[in-house]
Amino acid sequence: MLRPLLLTAPAAALFVLFLLVPLGGTAVLSLHGFGMYSGIDSSYSAANYRDLLGDDYFYGVFARTLRIGLLTTVITMLIGAPEAYILSRMRPPWRGIFLLVALGPLLISVVSRTLGWAVLFGSTGLINQMLLGAGLVDQPIAFMYTETGVVIALSHVLVPFMVISVSASLQRLDPQLARASASLGAGAFTTLRRVILPHILPGILSGSIIVFALASSAFATPEIIGGRRLKVVATLTYDEFLNTLNWPLGAAAAVILFLTIAAVIVVCNRLVERRYDRMRG
Amino acid sequence: MNGRNGIPALIFHALFVGFILAPIVVVSFIAFTPAGYLSFPTHGGSLRWFIALWRNSDFVGAFQTSLWLAAISATVAAALSVPAALAIARHAFPGRAAVLTLFQSPLMIPPVVLGVAFLRYFTQIGLSGTFFALVISHIIIVMPFALRTVLTSLAGIDRRLDHAASSLGASRFTIFRRVLLPLILPGIATGWVLAFITSFDEVTMTVFVASPRVTTLPVRLFLYIEDNIDPLVAAVSTTLIAFAVLALVVIDRLFGIDRLLVGDSRAAGRHAKRPHTSHRTPQQNPVLARSRGD
Repeated sequence: MLRPLLLTAPAAALFVLFLLVPLGGTAVLSLHGFGMYSGIDSSYSAANYRDLLGDDYFYGVFARTLRIGLLTTVITMLIGAPEAYILSRMRPPWRGIFLLVALGPLLISVVSRTLGWAVLFGSTGLINQMLLGAGLVDQPIAFMYTETGVVIALSHVLVPFMVISVSASLQRLDPQLARASASLGAGAFTTLRRVILPHILPGILSGSIIVFALASSAFATPEIIGGRRLKVVATLTYDEFLNTLNWPLGAAAAVILFLTIAAVIVVCNRLVERRYDRMRG
Repeated sequence: MNGRNGIPALIFHALFVGFILAPIVVVSFIAFTPAGYLSFPTHGGSLRWFIALWRNSDFVGAFQTSLWLAAISATVAAALSVPAALAIARHAFPGRAAVLTLFQSPLMIPPVVLGVAFLRYFTQIGLSGTFFALVISHIIIVMPFALRTVLTSLAGIDRRLDHAASSLGASRFTIFRRVLLPLILPGIATGWVLAFITSFDEVTMTVFVASPRVTTLPVRLFLYIEDNIDPLVAAVSTTLIAFAVLALVVIDRLFGIDRLLVGDSRAAGRHAKRPHTSHRTPQQNPVLARSRGD
């Protein structure tokens, strides 16, 4: 009994001392007051939360954060799930090669990936050059400093998670099922809709939970593409900490972000698990 | 190329691949521009921006900090995760699930929240903006990656090997050193590489912990981009991309990239059919399934 405790003790001590204590400290910090000249005081109140939740500006930032999270989730679902299905039907070595192409970007810094979009997005950038050249638009489309641009870049950053999640559930799918369905006279589309889709739905849902959580807490992409005015909760928190220096208010924004995402994850996980249970019968 | 995907599926696939590669390819191209400004497509190639990068002491300093930080935090995380993984995979003890959740929790907490928590804490204990603070915070965020690959390796080991070794008179430590360690070494090495690249790339949490004196390459790049975008940042990005490609190759050699990304041994031809033991790790999820967003 002593052995496993001793084996985990060094890591556990580090995590308690340098993760749980700081997180607790942040929760406490969010309850403190702040004065422009007096700094952080040691009083306790829910004033920061009242200020944030009653403030139209914060409300707008919060709504934008959730909107960006939701839109990004829908887009990664629409492009990631079909791609995972297409990959699963490829033969080796193509399958391995394209799996690498789809998932490899996860190992590249998000700053580099976002920078690529910033270059492509400019009013004289490649995307607008192509759109103008093809006569699809008369004037350059504004991607930089818009929600559209943030959502496109975030979808690119996060779509690998959807591909991973759906690929994992496609692996559990017995290939015989599709053949059985075809032999019973179902067309390709019917097989896809009635046999494949219900099976990979849990994978799509758990991928969506991951993408939503990461998109609504994203920082670097909204900051670079969204600029200084298009704030989300994460970049607002950053401003409070490093520019305005109102740490208690920033801590309260961080806590609200954390709790909202945690609540979404917990509720959606319940739904996904219920679905898995039903499938197992 | 394949018999089962129709033409519309292949068109979709081509568009998807274009979408994924476009920003990465564009950045890598721009880094080699001879021009003094950002333009694409560029005409001719030159290394002037890589030379400018080499002469930029800010970026070179940040690059060195990043390398040391990634190497130290990955090594410490690997050293901590081996005993922890042994305990979690091979012993039933009270609090086992709680400990596992604790070690995985940095993946569930938004990096901004972690950054805020570390900034406040390290300021309170007087270590704000130090290299030590960076190392501690990075050990915590890379630990889940190191732990996961070691757990996955341990799950694939037949426990009868232990019994055989111990019946031949090997002590517990000898079993670990002569039987287990060689078997989990690829897992440890893969975890180390993943931890290294995670630390090397991390920006959101680090932006809070770093200071102007002690900063990492992605943070330096991020702060630079906030002011202006020029070919120099493309050269930095290309360097980061080159590191990612290197990591990808190393991981594939050590562990099998498909096993790492999709998680199931069925995905991999080379790594197919590992022996299953009764003592599997609690979740056999893909190592990367929850990670490395923004």
